[in-house]
Amino acid sequence: MSWFSRKKPKIEEQSNEEERKVKTEGIFVKCPECDSALYKRELKESLQVCTHCAYHFRFGARERLDTLFDNGDYEKLDEEVTSTDPLRFVDTKPYIERIEAAKKSSGLPEAIVSGKGKVGGHPVYAGAMDMSFIGGSMGSAVGEKITRLIERAKKTNGAVVIFAASGGARMQEGTLSLMQMAKISAALAQLHQAGLPYISILTDPTTGGVTASFAMLGDINIGEPKALIGFAGPRVIEQTIRQKLPKGFQRSEFLLEHGMLDMVVDRREMRDTVIRLLNFMMHDEKSRR
Amino acid sequence: MEVENEIAPYKRVQIARNQDRPYSLDLFNTMFEDFVEIHGDRRYSDDSAVICGFGKLDGIEVALIGQQKGRDMNQRRFRNFAMSKPEGYRKALRVMKIAEKFRRAIICFIDTPGAYPGIDAEERGQAEAIAYNLREMALLTVPVIVVVLGEGGSGGALAIGIGDRVLMLENAVYSVITPEGCAAILWKDAGKAELAANSLRLTAKELYNFGLVDEIIPESVEWSIDKEPSEEESSFDEVSDKLKKSILKHLRELVKFKEDDLITTRYEKFRKMGEWSN
Ligand SMILES: [Zn+2]
Repeated sequence: MSWFSRKKPKIEEQSNEEERKVKTEGIFVKCPECDSALYKRELKESLQVCTHCAYHFRFGARERLDTLFDNGDYEKLDEEVTSTDPLRFVDTKPYIERIEAAKKSSGLPEAIVSGKGKVGGHPVYAGAMDMSFIGGSMGSAVGEKITRLIERAKKTNGAVVIFAASGGARMQEGTLSLMQMAKISAALAQLHQAGLPYISILTDPTTGGVTASFAMLGDINIGEPKALIGFAGPRVIEQTIRQKLPKGFQRSEFLLEHGMLDMVVDRREMRDTVIRLLNFMMHDEKSRR
Repeated sequence: MEVENEIAPYKRVQIARNQDRPYSLDLFNTMFEDFVEIHGDRRYSDDSAVICGFGKLDGIEVALIGQQKGRDMNQRRFRNFAMSKPEGYRKALRVMKIAEKFRRAIICFIDTPGAYPGIDAEERGQAEAIAYNLREMALLTVPVIVVVLGEGGSGGALAIGIGDRVLMLENAVYSVITPEGCAAILWKDAGKAELAANSLRLTAKELYNFGLVDEIIPESVEWSIDKEPSEEESSFDEVSDKLKKSILKHLRELVKFKEDDLITTRYEKFRKMGEWSN
């Protein structure tokens, strides 16, 4: 085959695709991994996982709790705990404006939502972080909500499940953000001593101070497929060592191989997996049956 | 508390990084008697970015953990610029557990730009090593005194920073991110580090006001590179002496605590940190 005849169809293909994109906008989403056009409705049913290649799209915090709890039933907790601006932090924009903008655009009160309910019949206190609220960053309010969640679980013999999704500690609250790592980890220490379960689910991306505190402290650490998980971000590492990073570095599968995760679980199997683990870990009414 | 606050935050950052400041090893060898170093995490290797051992303070046996920068290029390379890898944090925790077993207090000296961001560190679980220290330090049944000597670099500092008392030298800084890193992300310009330093509230006085630090150890001089060495030597002794008195005072208070009270009080101390609206 000559190069001439090879090139021609390629051009046609391209224009077809452009056309298709315009026509289908609003109904379809294109999978960035396998290029399949996916019905939005279908994608919602499959929990934002590509039905062809199992690529995991980002998933909202509320949706995570809706799909974790039995019948999607749970009581929201600490929605009134929100960020203030203790440092009066201003970068290119005042922090206080960033908070307000994040609330509007994400429809969430904070970078984490939390609730209590039943999972497979077990009493569970769960939190889910959301990247759409200032990059899922952890400030004082996030730290406080997680700490309260853990304290409640301890008091009532419940389990804790947290979905992490975060760029790390929130810079705009400075060292106060940093100390949330200490605060949450200390609460987890208490929960651990009480013999109660904590399942940590790390989703794309989980980095910085969130990974280096509660996200890595699960009795069981679960990663979603191909999620970026690490302490330092890939760019920071590249700048420090001045070399390209190996393929698949800091992805869930890499962490599994290096012993940092117990398992990598497809989002569609997550709830069943959590229930299986809770059955082992809990000695409540549900487990005795 | 008599603390000067005229020095601009970014200037403090530079003073905190000055190689003429007291380093952990300087104090281990002068403030403490009979220092003996112990090595290794019993898992992978020994991390020279953090020095661990036993020493005596006014005759009291204590466990010592200190992050160590280097003064010349060879030392810096050997100490990896005080940027620990997971084995450093694991070694530190091992020493803390030894201290707990033998009922000795623990003193931690913080001086690091941050935990090492590298491929090997990530492979061996940098995040897990830090996280695990945070959890385990919360449960230690012996007194822990933390001193921020110079640079308190984020999670890499906090990983040895869960103490019953957190003391800070007047010109030390403690931050969630370096001003340069913060500027690069939020201003998209690392040159805006001075602005970032102002915003981050990373000085001892501001952190004291936020309730994150219990006491500030005054420094009579700026540890500035412009000063004559002889002058620094005399003030080194002076600052070291004030620090020693402060550590001893806190130790005497803390040894009176019952094990459970120590853990509860430490929990409540960190539990209060942060500001949010209800
Ligand atoms: Zn796909």
